[in-house]
Amino acid sequence: MEALFAVTLGVLSASGVYLLLRGRTFPVVLGLTLLSYAVNLFLFAMGRLSGDVAVIGQSANPADPLPQALVLTAIVIGFAMTAFVVILALRGLAELGNDHVDGRPDEQPHSPADGGRAL
Amino acid sequence: MSHWPILPILLPLFAGALLLILPSHERLKRGLSLLATLALLPLSLYLLQLADDGQLRVYALGDWQPPFGIVLLLDRLSAWLLLATAVLAVAALLYALRGDDRLGPRFHALFQFQLLGINGAFLTGDLFNLFVFFEILLIASYALLLHGQGAERVRAGLHYVVLNLTGSALFLIALGMVYGASGTLNMADLSARVAQASGDQVPLLAAAGLLLLLVFALKAALLPLYFWLPRAYAAASAPVAALFAIMTKVGIYAILRLATLMFGAGAGELADLTQAWLWPLALATVALGAVGALAARSLQMLLAYLVVVSAGTLLAAVAIGTPQAHAAALYYLLHSTWVVGGLFLLADLIARQRGDKAGALVQGPALENPGLLGGLFFLGAIAVVGLPPLSGFLGKLLLLQALPSPALWGVLLLGGFAVLVALSRAGSTLFWRIGLSSLDSAELDPGRLCACLLLLACALLLVLLAAPLLDYAQAAAAQLHDLPLYRSIIVEAAP
Repeated sequence: MEALFAVTLGVLSASGVYLLLRGRTFPVVLGLTLLSYAVNLFLFAMGRLSGDVAVIGQSANPADPLPQALVLTAIVIGFAMTAFVVILALRGLAELGNDHVDGRPDEQPHSPADGGRAL
Repeated sequence: MSHWPILPILLPLFAGALLLILPSHERLKRGLSLLATLALLPLSLYLLQLADDGQLRVYALGDWQPPFGIVLLLDRLSAWLLLATAVLAVAALLYALRGDDRLGPRFHALFQFQLLGINGAFLTGDLFNLFVFFEILLIASYALLLHGQGAERVRAGLHYVVLNLTGSALFLIALGMVYGASGTLNMADLSARVAQASGDQVPLLAAAGLLLLLVFALKAALLPLYFWLPRAYAAASAPVAALFAIMTKVGIYAILRLATLMFGAGAGELADLTQAWLWPLALATVALGAVGALAARSLQMLLAYLVVVSAGTLLAAVAIGTPQAHAAALYYLLHSTWVVGGLFLLADLIARQRGDKAGALVQGPALENPGLLGGLFFLGAIAVVGLPPLSGFLGKLLLLQALPSPALWGVLLLGGFAVLVALSRAGSTLFWRIGLSSLDSAELDPGRLCACLLLLACALLLVLLAAPLLDYAQAAAAQLHDLPLYRSIIVEAAP
């Protein structure tokens, strides 16, 4: 269980960081989302993975409820922030005319020599 | 339990919420926003006086006693920073009321939420709650940064938002590690548990502490993490940029708490965890910030680099770690927040008289009021560089006195010199390399001028009131180093 959990977290964060370092806003937003999933799972695991329902009297070994509350808060905040960054990315597309994170036109080697934008 | 400590949070919260639901009647909104912001001023003065008896005021939310519930903690340091915020906010709002608030909807509500986040971050005694207040102040700042729109703001805003969201993710990872390794998120409780940490806990807590340092350094604009700042601050509208002068201080405040309360001298095996990193990075920040100031192509960009330089200077003082250095840092913090805020407002006043040249450091039209604006720029520049007789000089002097070895004076003094050169060059370009005629369209707005004067006058006021302020700063720094005092709030609360 622990190993599976750790591997999942690792893959999620690695993919998140990789996408975060891309040059277009869409992969960056996806990367932020993956990273926040990984973080939420990580926070959740801080209450130990072994416990049962976090209700006293229901089980002999209740889980720690605090990380669950923290995760809830983190999920809500993360959701709002993702919504905001999506809107901002769309706004950037409208204002800057392209979806590069630096707002630059394409600088790909294959773009036409006259400076026209690829895509 | 007195209810005073929570008022700086509740006041902007309710004002902001009311501003959202009230009908969009401009005078009503402006009045309410101004009233709520002005009320913070006497409130923070009262809290300053309340905290001066040296006791910690613990406000247990929902009456859940620490370490189980979230607490607000009012000590001298918090009260000091609340005052810095309140003065800056009043001036920024007064400036915005002269027309800048019309550039986009909901400016006033966002402004109040921003204050809510800043005040909350200064008052809270719980790490997760600190995260929540950070998010509140950040999301308000995202929207405020974009206030007024324009391509440059969107471009700077995207970097700012993505970087801070990544920072938030790291913050949560650090919090998870702190909780997993120590079982608490209360700062005072954590302080005691870090001191007793042993075995497996030590490396985990060290990693968590350094991650926290990384996150706070991103907010505070420490060396490898400040590249977002100049562009964002230079692109923001003037009142927003002025208010943002306190935002890096939130990061510095958090690092100060980290370096004294949680991983300070009394932290057992993890004592002075952050110091080794802070020292070189802070000095390098000063050096690179000064280079950036020299290379800046617009006045706003130059001022943004001044924010970086002052952040580096303050963090160097935090890294020294003696009460004397911390007292100097607190005095310098007030000075740099207010004066740089005032300079951002002044830069906008100057830019308004230069037509489409705005703040660019190139030859432009003559100014309508060269004497007045030039004089103010001169005063502000003297204060911020640290020449006598204004507050910057006193702040820098105290800092230099607190440095452990005079060999380190070089960085701060050379940095100051570079900033002096940059500001003189900017000033001579703006006021002397000018065309013959001025643009008739630009009138100096008295309301805006007053707001700017209010902040720049603080440079003088800080010198006149230096004795009581320094006494207070020294008491605050001494209190910060009195770890048993902070740890006792947990013991007292236990049944």
